[in-house]
Amino acid sequence: MNSKETRPMPAGRQRGFAAAAGGQKLKPGTIKRLMSYLKAHRLKLVVVVFCILISAAASVASSLFLQVLIDDYIQPLLMEAAPVFGGLVSIIGTMAAVFLAGVLASLFYSRTMAVMAQSVLKEIRDEMFIKMQSLPLKFFDTHTHGDVMSYYTNDADTLRQMISQSLPNLFSSLVSMVAVFLSMVHLSIWLTLIVLVFTGLLLIAIQNIARKSGQYFIRQQRSIADVNGYIEEMINGQKVVKVFCYEEKAKQRFGVKNEDLGKTMATANTLANILMPVTGNLGYVLYVVLAVVGGMMGIVGIANLSLGGEEMLTLGTIASFLTLSRNFINPIAQVSQQLNSVIMAMAGASRIFELLDEEAEEDQGQVTLVNVHEDAAGEMTECEERTGHWAWKDGEKLIPLRGHIDLDEVDFGYTDDELVLHDICIYAEPGQKVALVGATGAGKTTITNLINRFYDIDDGKIRYDGININRIRKFDLRRSLGVVLQDVNLFTGTVMENIRYGRLDATDEECIAAARLANADGFIRMLPDGYDTVLEGDGGLSQGQRQLISIARAAVADPPVMILDEATSSIDTRTEAIVQKGMDNLMHGRTVFVIAHRLSTIQNADVIMVMDHGRIIERGNHEQLIAKKGRYYQLYTGAFELE
Amino acid sequence: MIKKLALHVREYKKQAVLTPILVIGEVVLEILIPLIMAELIDRGIDGGSMPEIVKYGVALLIAALFALIFGVAAGRTSAVAAAGFAKNLRGDMYDHVQEFSFANIDKFSTASIVTRLTTDITNVQMAFQMLIRIATRAPGMLVFALIASFKIDAQLSLVFLCVMPLLLLGLGLMIRAVHPIFNRVFKTYDKLNNVVQENLAGIRVVKSFNRQEHEIGKFSGTSQKIFLDFSKAEKIMAFINPLMQFCMYLTMLLLSWLGARAIVASGNDAALGLSTGELISLITYSMQILMSLMMISMIFVMLTMARASGERIVELLDEQSDLHDPGEPVYEVEDGSIDFDHVHFSYGKAKDKEVLSDIDLHIKSGQTVGIIGATGSAKSSLVQLIPRLYDVTDGCVKVGGRDVRDYHIESLRNQVAMVLQKNTLFSGTISENLRWGNEKATDEELRHACKLACADEFIDSFEDGYETYIEQGGSNVSGGQKQRLCIARALLKKPRILILDDSTSACDMKTDAMIRKAFREEIPETTKLIIAQRAASVQDADQIVVLDDGHIKAVGTHEELMESSDIYREVYESQNRGGGLGEQ
Repeated sequence: MNSKETRPMPAGRQRGFAAAAGGQKLKPGTIKRLMSYLKAHRLKLVVVVFCILISAAASVASSLFLQVLIDDYIQPLLMEAAPVFGGLVSIIGTMAAVFLAGVLASLFYSRTMAVMAQSVLKEIRDEMFIKMQSLPLKFFDTHTHGDVMSYYTNDADTLRQMISQSLPNLFSSLVSMVAVFLSMVHLSIWLTLIVLVFTGLLLIAIQNIARKSGQYFIRQQRSIADVNGYIEEMINGQKVVKVFCYEEKAKQRFGVKNEDLGKTMATANTLANILMPVTGNLGYVLYVVLAVVGGMMGIVGIANLSLGGEEMLTLGTIASFLTLSRNFINPIAQVSQQLNSVIMAMAGASRIFELLDEEAEEDQGQVTLVNVHEDAAGEMTECEERTGHWAWKDGEKLIPLRGHIDLDEVDFGYTDDELVLHDICIYAEPGQKVALVGATGAGKTTITNLINRFYDIDDGKIRYDGININRIRKFDLRRSLGVVLQDVNLFTGTVMENIRYGRLDATDEECIAAARLANADGFIRMLPDGYDTVLEGDGGLSQGQRQLISIARAAVADPPVMILDEATSSIDTRTEAIVQKGMDNLMHGRTVFVIAHRLSTIQNADVIMVMDHGRIIERGNHEQLIAKKGRYYQLYTGAFELE
Repeated sequence: MIKKLALHVREYKKQAVLTPILVIGEVVLEILIPLIMAELIDRGIDGGSMPEIVKYGVALLIAALFALIFGVAAGRTSAVAAAGFAKNLRGDMYDHVQEFSFANIDKFSTASIVTRLTTDITNVQMAFQMLIRIATRAPGMLVFALIASFKIDAQLSLVFLCVMPLLLLGLGLMIRAVHPIFNRVFKTYDKLNNVVQENLAGIRVVKSFNRQEHEIGKFSGTSQKIFLDFSKAEKIMAFINPLMQFCMYLTMLLLSWLGARAIVASGNDAALGLSTGELISLITYSMQILMSLMMISMIFVMLTMARASGERIVELLDEQSDLHDPGEPVYEVEDGSIDFDHVHFSYGKAKDKEVLSDIDLHIKSGQTVGIIGATGSAKSSLVQLIPRLYDVTDGCVKVGGRDVRDYHIESLRNQVAMVLQKNTLFSGTISENLRWGNEKATDEELRHACKLACADEFIDSFEDGYETYIEQGGSNVSGGQKQRLCIARALLKKPRILILDDSTSACDMKTDAMIRKAFREEIPETTKLIIAQRAASVQDADQIVVLDDGHIKAVGTHEELMESSDIYREVYESQNRGGGLGEQ
């Protein structure tokens, strides 16, 4: 049951549809690009097309067969005194062979297309995910989760439908229609003309209904999105609703939206429902017209013009033609429905390609991080195994990793028109604890995001052990930085797996040691399955417990530089004090950046940067800043000035 | 289950009943039409009689017209009935959820309630529309087509009886083979979506730990599994069309062979046996019969899929709130005193895991009480008993000298305002959000409440002031601003008791202190309970309660606790380490 809940909300799903139906502009080359996925299967495709032709031929043969049967076999047999059924046996035998070929061909192509659709889909899905992993954070900032999810659900789904069902259907419908059309021309040109005129009228009717129903479906999708959005928001805040006794109000507001949705839904579905009866029954009108005209021609004896030559209309011909006309009309309704799904799929594909074309995170760094042996003379040699000693490898040069981080006159803005950091200078010596203090929105987290190059700076320089971080390969830069964030994200899996996320080759013992260090060992052992407890969704852990696990995760990675962004905000102060002790041990001799609300946790920092509106307004250690009686002093003493 | 769901059709019963009737009418006409067509061919074209052609042509047109009317009407009624049913169901479920207690909400989880209200309802709606429209159409078509063909020629119609089991058997086998695979595929799909969602939420973690490859591995493993399973299922499903064609062609050939012989035998005279027109009709019916058989099997599949959704909906509707107003409720809350008399409490069915044990605590009206304790020490659980968000397992909680279970719940909650730890703002303007506390509050009152909560300054700094639009979840205000707005909202209730559950954690100490000062000076009569991580936040309280693992470890003022409670002293000192604060 639990896994069901992770399904994305339909609200996300609506977007694609509305965009598709709204006539969103297709990305140029979408069709060509989509076809390129099929290219790998081109041999199969050739066979598929061949099979569709056979299958369509069989279906046309079945409608022509009746005329042949009546005219060429039954009628002559009727004339004979002692009918011989040998000819009939052979024609039925032939037809059986044709039909069998048709059935086998359609079996083959349906199976092939189904598998092909799945394999193309898998390819696209994997490509999307790989792409997603390479995208810069800016992408995730500017797209909602629901939006991104719908690439994988709604958009991919429209493609599946199209490749495995709509495309072959469309193709075989068209082939059938062409074949039926040719057969009709073969039987009678005059009657065919009537069919054509009628088809034109029918198409206009279908188009009108379809357009109107399309409009209502868009309205319905909007309305659904609205209602679902409201449900999501209110149910998420249900506890607040209860505390404020807001139930009646919530019911009322929901009622209005729900009523509106019900009405739109009824209209949209009505229009969709009547499409088939309208097409089907108008088809009968055509039938009658053809019968009357055909009968008249037959009786009055108007010469019939056909590809087969000029002759009288026979009974069999008219009967066949009538059947053919049904076979011509039926695919029209089908095609009109398929076209709709093809257009939607194109819109889906267009969106998917937009994602695939997003600019990946840039990485031109050459400098890598390597393990080294250090001999007595301080000479370093690169080696494969984990030694606990690291060095930057810049070309052939090895520079020992120390954790010296300098920010030099750094300016940065998330958008081009607004800087959020101005002229930031921070010089963190190896082993120093640097604290960033300031109000929400002052730019503290932004600074840490720049150090691990989640974003690139607009001006200034950031150096790591004297190397410009732009020259360091991102993979290695981030490996050298451990991060613990305020919003904890754990992954579905066991507690052990989540801790091991920090370093995949860590042993169980190392993971448990890290958990001990983070003071998480105690409560983990109390969980039903200890370290093997599977975490899913909230997992029944408190925010504080999750934070402890995330600290253990960072501890097991054992990075030389650590960034703690409100890492202990949800942990009570006593536990925090214990964790702090463990982390201090871990971080001994390593550089740490700390962002914290509780000033008590950063008092022992080597440097405290007080930030305000993207600028550093004060710097120094606790004593210096207290002595300075500036902003830090105000913040620090603020809690006590009322005593 | 079906009975329970059907109760929600209500005012759309008329359409729901009318639809099958209209559909049957449409079906009868559609059966009649081939008969008329046969006559038209036999008597009109074959007989070479223009008046006959016209006569049957007109009959055919009239039949088609009525079929059209019935078809369109059924399309309308079925859509109205289904949309109306879904609307009622959605509304009823939503209203029902409003009655839920916290315990009910915990049991289902928010995400699950949302899925039930959205996806599951859509599934049930589709199934319902299909049920009233196609589920009468297909069997109706089957029955009438069979009757008609037997009337034409009973012997020839036996062909259907041979082919039908073949088709049914084939479809049955396919469905049986495919069903478990599809179930598996949908589960795998959920897993895939889960991986994507976790990656979206935790992209910073993935990137900082350089785990892109690891995640791609996870994803493509799941993706591969979907590919394999889905291909397997689709390969089986791919048999449906060819099977249908096979049956159709088989019937056609059998009918042709047997029909031809019958026609020859009768000399193409409908009176004596079979005519060519009748043969054509028979073939038309054969298609209708086989099509409706296929539809019936499809309906069967769809219904089994919708069944799971239906069950989930009924499960939610059956859930009864475990909190009820007493028989003769008390509407007035005397004062803001709170008494915990030997209270025990545990969540849901986990009776053996006691969250609160033997809590005995007495708070006078107007007091300020601080509650402090480690993560998981049940601070929130304790205060949630006061507005009766949960019921105690043993003992009793009294407000204004009366057991909370004696009060009319709404009256009680109106007097006990609570700012939850996980608090939410809703999309709408600031003033709309604030008025949750009191709909009729004047602008003046809004301002006053915001001033007490130290929210007035930043609200005024917004361009639109109190009309600033808050995005869903309050994502466009900072954590501290959100907390202050939530406090202001609670203050507008003018409650006798105000509970702040770690509600100033994102505010800086100065703001925190200013809020407390405002409370002390402006609402002295209100009893204030403050849960806090910071000792400083509760230091000046009348009593401070130290909770540990569901037990009260100590109660007293700051000075007393500094003397007597090790835990409190530890907390205090850990936060004021190296402080030298006496000088202020």
